[in-house]
Amino acid sequence: MSARTHSPAGAEARETKGWLSAHRYLLLRRASQLFFLALFLSGPWFGLWITQGTLAGSLTLNILPLTDPFVAAQSLVAGHWPELTALIGAGIVLAAYALLGGRSYCAWVCPINPVTDGAFWLHKRLGLPKGWQPRRGTRLWLLGAALVVSGLTGTIAWEAVNPVTMLHRGLIFGMGFVWALVLLIFVFDLVVARRGWCGHLCPVGAFYGLVGTKSVLRVSAPARAACDDCMDCYHVCPENQVISPALKGKPGTSPLVLSPDCTNCGRCIDVCAMDVFKFTLGSTTP
Amino acid sequence: MPMLDTLRSASRRRFLTDTARAAGGCVLAGSALAYLARDARALPADAIRPPGALDEDAFLSACIRCGLCMRGCPYDTLKLAELGIDGAATGTPYFTARDVPCEMCEDIPCVAACPTGALDASLEDIDDAQMGVAVLVDQENCLNFLGLRCDVCYRVCPVIDEAITLKASHNSRSGHHATFAPTVHAEHCTGCGKCEHSCVLPEAAIKVLPVRLARAETADHYRRGWEEKDARGAPLVEGVIDLPDRLPGPGTDNLVAPGGFEPAFRLDGAGQ
Ligand code: SF4
Ligand code: SF4
Ligand code: SF4
Ligand code: SF4
Ligand code: SF4
Repeated sequence: MSARTHSPAGAEARETKGWLSAHRYLLLRRASQLFFLALFLSGPWFGLWITQGTLAGSLTLNILPLTDPFVAAQSLVAGHWPELTALIGAGIVLAAYALLGGRSYCAWVCPINPVTDGAFWLHKRLGLPKGWQPRRGTRLWLLGAALVVSGLTGTIAWEAVNPVTMLHRGLIFGMGFVWALVLLIFVFDLVVARRGWCGHLCPVGAFYGLVGTKSVLRVSAPARAACDDCMDCYHVCPENQVISPALKGKPGTSPLVLSPDCTNCGRCIDVCAMDVFKFTLGSTTP
Repeated sequence: MPMLDTLRSASRRRFLTDTARAAGGCVLAGSALAYLARDARALPADAIRPPGALDEDAFLSACIRCGLCMRGCPYDTLKLAELGIDGAATGTPYFTARDVPCEMCEDIPCVAACPTGALDASLEDIDDAQMGVAVLVDQENCLNFLGLRCDVCYRVCPVIDEAITLKASHNSRSGHHATFAPTVHAEHCTGCGKCEHSCVLPEAAIKVLPVRLARAETADHYRRGWEEKDARGAPLVEGVIDLPDRLPGPGTDNLVAPGGFEPAFRLDGAGQ
């Protein structure tokens, strides 16, 4: 291990590649998050109607319907067969994330992501301990529980608490006490469990993860031989258990990050001074 | 290989405890979630769902809380319930008739906008909507019941003379006027809330209530003999002797006992 291990993650990349390329995907990602918010907010704020509705269900340019497939799935389990519009909308979203990597939703669209990223950033700055670390699979259990409860109560159960749609709806239609819920998640991630919400609990992320199991767009480590073990990618990755199989795999194994937990955030690409990672298309070629 | 066996059993034990812990956690989280989700069914009485809304249980399984119906409404009638502020399930659409009633748009844009069918697309004529039923809740303060001719709720009703009529009766207070009681006919009332919105009193005397609160249900065993008799065109039981009715009042032989009673007032020169 080199001495660089102890410098802040990405410092080396900043020196060799310049600040901008060492933050390329981070900046793109924030821009994308703002873009998706702006699509929904330009109507109510400026009267410029592009997309109406919320992430749960929307209509863009009066023609393109989109529906959150997890919400639609709960509705189905609860015993309602939605109208065709909602089903088509869910189909389009499913197809898109099946190709682009399910959890791209998390990194590029979800309004909670900046909140939990912010909590992680502060957590690092304050040097706080990891805290409670439930298994990564807990979110799958919660996903199952949300579906079972939907079936048992005949309601779209997760929407009673879902901070993702609540924050989004809050920004567009009116907050109520949603800010308290968001603050709760921030504090939870900060002092109770590092990367607790998105990394371990959120069933929405888990659902999209399952959707993207066979994704075409993936991060790969084609230049893994050049890795000098600085560990910077492990430090920035929100799901760092996904890196090792690709980066440290034996010769002959795939350099692709195959875990559905990878959010396609591209932060590993940003911070690697040796340019080990890149985005690839196609799930077999490196 | 005892070493491997202990390893295996240790890891198996860990797997089992982990699974048990996760399952336990899920039951806890699931119960809390079920409590919250069911709690969300308690719709306040003054929260009226948009036209075409499925009944509340079905609605909560269908509405994805997207807000498209609200965007479709040209009169800003609809609102989405906000967490911890409004009583309806968070994010679901409703309106408060006293604030902004439904204007009963002919093309029903809210229903057309709904992608899920939570607002039933088979509602084609807004006059068939049943968002709720208006109920004259306070006869003691309603100006018409007091004998005045306010009539506002009646006049503003989009389904005037069908959903709401004025029922004339003798004004027993003054003795020589009539009262015109606003009377709602639930079968035609859409629950739009125009009447409640327009009631001139500081707190409306007529209010739109959800159907489940506004309506009684007739008992199956109770049969309206007179309706069945009319439908049949003859008495329901053969061979019943029809005795003359002994009605009280002027012009009958029944002003005094036996069996009759004195009217509470007498109109001079009437009868006899
Ligand atoms: S895990 Fe959940 S809250 Fe986190 S970014 Fe993904 S969808 Fe959003
Ligand atoms: S592997 Fe890279 S792209 Fe995937 S989540 Fe980690 S940092 Fe983001
Ligand atoms: S019928 Fe018209 S006024 Fe009434 S809720 Fe629908 S869109 Fe709004
Ligand atoms: S448009 Fe339909 S699904 Fe969306 S909030 Fe309104 S009733 Fe619910
Ligand atoms: S709610 Fe009132 S105004 Fe609307 S249809 Fe019924 S009686 Fe008429």
